[in-house]
Amino acid sequence: MNELLDPLLLARWQFGLTTVYHFLFVPITIGLATSAAIFQTAWVRTGKVEYLRITRFFGTIFLINFAMGVVTGIVQEFQFGMNWSEYSRFVGDVFGAPLALEGLLAFFLEATFIGLWIFGWNRLPQKLHLATIWATAIGTILSAYFIIAANAFMQNPVGYEMNAERGRAELVDIWALLTNPVALAAFPHTIAACFMVSSGLIISAAAWHLARNQHLDTMRPALKFGLWGLLISGALTTFFGDQLSLAMVATQPMKMAAAEATYDTVCGADASFSLFTLGTPDGTTELFSIRVPYLLSLLSTHSLDGCVEGINDLQAQYAELYGPGDYAPIIWVTYWAFRWMIGLGMLHVLVALVGLWLTRKGRMPKQRWVWTVAVWSFPLSLAAMIVGWVFTEMGRQPWIVFSLLPTESAVSPNVTGLDVLISLVAFTLIYGILAVVEVKLIAQAVRKGPPEIAPPDPETGKVEHTATVY
Amino acid sequence: MDLAVLWFWIVAFLFVGYFVLDGFDFGVGMSLPFLGKDDTDRRVLINTIGPVWDLNETWVIVAGAALFAAFPEWYATLFSGFYLALLLILLALIARGVSFEYRHQRPEDAWKRRFDWMIIVGSAVPALLWGVAFANIVQGVPLDADHNYTGTLFDLLNPYALLGGLTTLLLFFTHGVVFVALKTDGDIRQRARRLATRAGAITIVVAASFLVWTGFAHGTAWFWGLAAVAALALVGSWLANGRGAERVAFTLMAVTIGAAVFALFAALFPDVMPASNDPANSLTIENASSTPYTLTVMSWTALIFLPLILAYQGWTYWVFRKRVTRQTIDAAAH
Repeated sequence: MNELLDPLLLARWQFGLTTVYHFLFVPITIGLATSAAIFQTAWVRTGKVEYLRITRFFGTIFLINFAMGVVTGIVQEFQFGMNWSEYSRFVGDVFGAPLALEGLLAFFLEATFIGLWIFGWNRLPQKLHLATIWATAIGTILSAYFIIAANAFMQNPVGYEMNAERGRAELVDIWALLTNPVALAAFPHTIAACFMVSSGLIISAAAWHLARNQHLDTMRPALKFGLWGLLISGALTTFFGDQLSLAMVATQPMKMAAAEATYDTVCGADASFSLFTLGTPDGTTELFSIRVPYLLSLLSTHSLDGCVEGINDLQAQYAELYGPGDYAPIIWVTYWAFRWMIGLGMLHVLVALVGLWLTRKGRMPKQRWVWTVAVWSFPLSLAAMIVGWVFTEMGRQPWIVFSLLPTESAVSPNVTGLDVLISLVAFTLIYGILAVVEVKLIAQAVRKGPPEIAPPDPETGKVEHTATVY
Repeated sequence: MDLAVLWFWIVAFLFVGYFVLDGFDFGVGMSLPFLGKDDTDRRVLINTIGPVWDLNETWVIVAGAALFAAFPEWYATLFSGFYLALLLILLALIARGVSFEYRHQRPEDAWKRRFDWMIIVGSAVPALLWGVAFANIVQGVPLDADHNYTGTLFDLLNPYALLGGLTTLLLFFTHGVVFVALKTDGDIRQRARRLATRAGAITIVVAASFLVWTGFAHGTAWFWGLAAVAALALVGSWLANGRGAERVAFTLMAVTIGAAVFALFAALFPDVMPASNDPANSLTIENASSTPYTLTVMSWTALIFLPLILAYQGWTYWVFRKRVTRQTIDAAAH
């Protein structure tokens, strides 16, 4: 019973659950805000009513999703203090600043302009109204930057000094904090991946209608936009992912070793990348494996003769530096999360390429499986994003702030296991129920299709379409 | 001036912004069963805050982040100490926020009623519990030498704190109803005014008792001054509402809430989280704050961006200045 009520374990599960859940909505918000802004810009510039209909169609989906992103985000901020008060005391001086900047510069911007956008269709001049969705989109992207800068401090602490007397990290260089090499790679990697998810959503919704041979006038341009978006963002995600892995090898070699389950330091051709491995359940013995020689060396160091430090060697180094302890993350989690992230990511680049080929010059594939694959792009691209974050956060363990504070020392000392259990159960229940409602509503909005809007009145040039009301 | 002291007042300002703005959202939410005779009425009520509830709610996110950044110890003690109370607030805010967005997605009555109740409860719970939380902060709670809260949820539910909770509940309710009178037209506007008169009378009595209790237990000169402003504004708002001066009534309600929240911070000063068991364990502006460097960075950011933020938020309210009527809803509901 006492093990069940371990506050540390429960608080970790709660953080994992609420963060993964929150992050289901974040990439959709970021990606769709910008996509809606692009569609609306096309409408304003060309006057083609199809673009307006696409904007309103994805706008509705965006809004259903947006509220969930907001309310689950508050949990994230409160949770640091509630479950991780020792962490908050330790890093507040450093970590709090980007959070405050995020609130002031990003959250206010998106929260204010989203209201103007939703309710401003018939109240604001056309171009001003267009500016509101761009302001919202900028707000969402800025917020990602600040929170990733904060997260990067946990991966690779920079710009701080330790104050032994107060037992905390103190900020000495905000610029170093905001230009953390991990943040500079993780930010574009994450944003590009957000666009993979939103492109996946656009492809899924468009494919659902095109497979039924309906709404061709809007869903064909939407599909094309989604496929190109997926291809470009997929390429960028890969490029910055590569940059991020270089930064990771330089700052958290243990994470790279754990990603590849490399126990001993390997060089050159031996630094191979296993595509698939079957091993004994404890992960120490390999039974079967498909390996690509040199690839790990190439990924980690951008050279064929590079060396990748192994878990055992790093463990020995860390034990000397930080005292006795186990400094490796849970290997099977990092190993498989890393593979699923890359595998699903690559799969989507392939989906985009094949999709663009099949629909070249206005062609419409007849085979059902093509559309089935397309409809699955959304859930699978979202899954790729989630396993990516699971990898980066689980790979940081056992540290909450790498090399400075172990996770086990960060939990609130006065919060009981029962308290955390109550909140974990409460969040699981309410999040579970809302997930069902959310999925149903999004599916309903997708099936309903884009709204019918008559072309502009030839005399006034005005378009009649209804304003949003709650 | 010491930057930590400056940030004490900036945090106060952010909470004032939150309670003045989301306060009327809570009030509008709680007024649904009193003012909403049918679905169109309820939609009128919800649409008075439709474009702004999200930006209003964002004030608490910013206030929380400012607390974290400027006073990490205060943030850590408060949030881990008031654990279950904050959990209830979070669940309520989740329920309320999604309901605004979900309720109009389907036409069935049962569907809408379910989300109406989530809005009502999701508004009432934070309106009550924020008052309980702030009253406890001012009164002091048991803290150990590491500044960790040593009480339980039930220690927070003491008579003084419950009176504080009832005060914010009633203040926000009246604030919201006065806002409805300002933002609607026709029958519902008249009903809102009448309800504000009745609710306002009860609010005056309860709020006055809470302020007097606070004053005798923790009062300073600044507290009494601000409390007097709050009391005068509350009575003034009540009178203005009786005369149908809706804009004056609403402005004075905002002044009431602002002055009352500042008064509580004045009663707290220079502590941020007094320990009721041993003053040596208290968190103060001094021992809870971040380094001057961090505070300098944030001061510049706030100095540059707060005026801009206030400007674009003010503009939003100006864009949506029109009253919401049943006709607005009917015209849009196809």
